[in-house]
Amino acid sequence: MPKTTLDYKGLQCPMPVLKLAATFKKAASGDVFEVISDDKGFEPDITAWCKETGNPLNSLTKSGNDITATITKK
Amino acid sequence: MSNEDISKRVSEIEQRVEKLEVNRKNLTMVLFSGDFDKVMAAFIVANGAIAMGKEVTMFVTFWGLDAIKKPSMNTAGRSFLEKMVLWMRPKGPKKLGTSKMNFAGIGPKLFMYMMGKKKVEPLHSLIDIAMEYGLKIIACQMSMDVMGIRKEDLLDNIEVGGVAAFLSSAYDSTTTLFV
Repeated sequence: MPKTTLDYKGLQCPMPVLKLAATFKKAASGDVFEVISDDKGFEPDITAWCKETGNPLNSLTKSGNDITATITKK
Repeated sequence: MSNEDISKRVSEIEQRVEKLEVNRKNLTMVLFSGDFDKVMAAFIVANGAIAMGKEVTMFVTFWGLDAIKKPSMNTAGRSFLEKMVLWMRPKGPKKLGTSKMNFAGIGPKLFMYMMGKKKVEPLHSLIDIAMEYGLKIIACQMSMDVMGIRKEDLLDNIEVGGVAAFLSSAYDSTTTLFV
């Protein structure tokens, strides 16, 4: 399954989840996205967003200031 | 009832519960304050809820109306007192004062500069984005009347309504906030 990378570095709350929501609206079920953010609140935010919207969070990794989340559109 | 009937019934109920859970988590807000910092918080929460896939309604009343005004307005045809109030109040999100550390208008400039450095979206664009993504703004008819504000003085695509419009939206929401 090809992954689409969404680079949200430099964006502050609430822009990463807002942009993600807009992208997911247009995406097809089963599409996989890799979201990169350096917003310090991104980890709890993306976890909550996935829980609330029902899109599964496959992985969450940190390296330096960057947080990478892999999410499948339900 | 046979086992088959029961499992059919259970899946039916599951579907209905799921539908309720999705639909009933809307957010309704009252924006009473026209303070830059509080309006900022209100629009961040509104945008967050929109991102979560919720319907968001913001009932804007009293000082909150300052935040959704156009930057300039023609006050012709209004009473002396109305003109005075309109002249004294800020026009639009770029002109609001902060609730603390306003320092006669220098405070907001300072905060805007600091927020810009941290790449925080400016207030006017948070408002535009929220409306573009479906935020419903209802301006309070009564407070508009009191202060002589007309619909054309406010940003485009804003509805005008009363307390019943706010309540009807609040009854459909799981979260109602007053800012």
